Amino acid sequence: MRPGHGAVAASGMGRRTPLYQAHVEAGAKIVDFGGWDMPLHYGSQLEEHRAVRSAAGMFDVSHMRHIDVTGEEARNFLSYLLANNVAKLEKAGRALYTCMLNENGGVIDDLIVYYLGGDSFRLVVNAATADTDLDWIRRNAGDFGKIRITARTDLAMIAVQGPLARQRAARAIANINDMPAPPDLMDIGVFSAAQSESLFVARTGYTGEDGFEIAMAAENGPVVWKALIDADVMPCGLGARDTLRLEAGMNLYGSDMNESTTPLESGLSWTIGWNPPERDFIGRAALEVQRDHGVPRKLVGLVLLDRGVLRSHQQVSCGERGAGEVTSGSFSPTLSKSIALARVPAGVETGDECTVGVREKNLAARVVDFPFVRNGTSCL
Amino acid sequence: MSEIPSELRYTKSHEWIRTMDDGYLEVGITQHAQEQLGDMVFVELPEVGSTLGGGEDCAVVESVKAASDVYAPVAGEIVEVNDLLRDAPETVNNDPYGDGWLFRMRPIDEGELDELLDAEGYTGVVAADS
Repeated sequence: MRPGHGAVAASGMGRRTPLYQAHVEAGAKIVDFGGWDMPLHYGSQLEEHRAVRSAAGMFDVSHMRHIDVTGEEARNFLSYLLANNVAKLEKAGRALYTCMLNENGGVIDDLIVYYLGGDSFRLVVNAATADTDLDWIRRNAGDFGKIRITARTDLAMIAVQGPLARQRAARAIANINDMPAPPDLMDIGVFSAAQSESLFVARTGYTGEDGFEIAMAAENGPVVWKALIDADVMPCGLGARDTLRLEAGMNLYGSDMNESTTPLESGLSWTIGWNPPERDFIGRAALEVQRDHGVPRKLVGLVLLDRGVLRSHQQVSCGERGAGEVTSGSFSPTLSKSIALARVPAGVETGDECTVGVREKNLAARVVDFPFVRNGTSCL
Repeated sequence: MSEIPSELRYTKSHEWIRTMDDGYLEVGITQHAQEQLGDMVFVELPEVGSTLGGGEDCAVVESVKAASDVYAPVAGEIVEVNDLLRDAPETVNNDPYGDGWLFRMRPIDEGELDELLDAEGYTGVVAADS
């Protein structure tokens, strides 16, 4: 037996989050992820996946980078830097999912921007791209003056996800001494956040379930993690995080999109703030050309009809409409069949049948809309 | 340390081999291998009647994480495959040395069996692997 495609490299001595010791003590299998030693699973990835779909699970996402952008010109700067329009962030605590593009409309990263009130914003970006992001942000901030950009390396963040996630997280936090929750914890709206002195709590996530992402001082991470375990929240690794986000039809940066694909080619046209037309943002001109003349390719969902497992980089044949490639594929524990995201010629339509090269065979798959699963229920 | 039954033979590539009463060989993947791969979601088995060379890839076990080839430990003919695994691939995780067997084969040259590892030899392979 020899591990083949998709195998994860064994851990070396990567960077470690404030929760690393807690993972080791919980029996995690540790792997390298973008230079970080992270838990892949704590025994069974499938059980962890199901815990999030049916009750509550949690993920250490402390490797994601928080970048605070503050100052008089912060809002104007972000309006230029980000493809979605931060003008939508009127009230403190509101959050927005957006891409950060290069001049060609290629995706440098996808991120969530939170409005903290006053002239203060926070970006939460992917771990693997954090350094590139920071360079890009600093370079483009040059013209704006009066902006402070602070990379926060003093934080831990835990994503608590699942239908029971919010109530169990609230119970856990209530059981910790000297760590008051935001007063309106259970009233935080979808895609909004609130904070107390010690906790920043956002109702966001990457699983297609309800839940919180909780940021705190690094030294408080282990205490909160332990309290969540005591409140019956199951520790989950990156393995379950990947199958959950894939079922939820959420892109993984570096797999489903990168600097040579645009949001329009990545199922993310809904994240582009076209209005007002006079708002200039990096990549706008390139996106407008694609919008007006059509995109050559797009991201679709695939459901495998034959037996097997779809994996990234497998070739997709769509008959006379051309060929494409799987960008993310796995087995869906919720649907008990294999699903994938694939980039295919724009003429391919929902309901089409195509074939996917899986080792030496061509297996049949159907083109579907994603998400595949939302709030625990199949969307197919 | 994972379980390595002393009555079985092993390969460096983590297959186990049991010599059955009828002289056929039963083949599966080891406890260590299934732990490394994680939850199994799909098993592709060889065709009954096919003839394989020793070391030839002949089956695929896929976990949530990755697909892995399984190799014929010796040259021989496939006489039976474990159809239970089509609908219950997790059996490979739950009972790797029992109900989780993959296929049975008739060896062409029984002398080849002497080249396989015993439990002690395989313990060394696992130790070097981790």
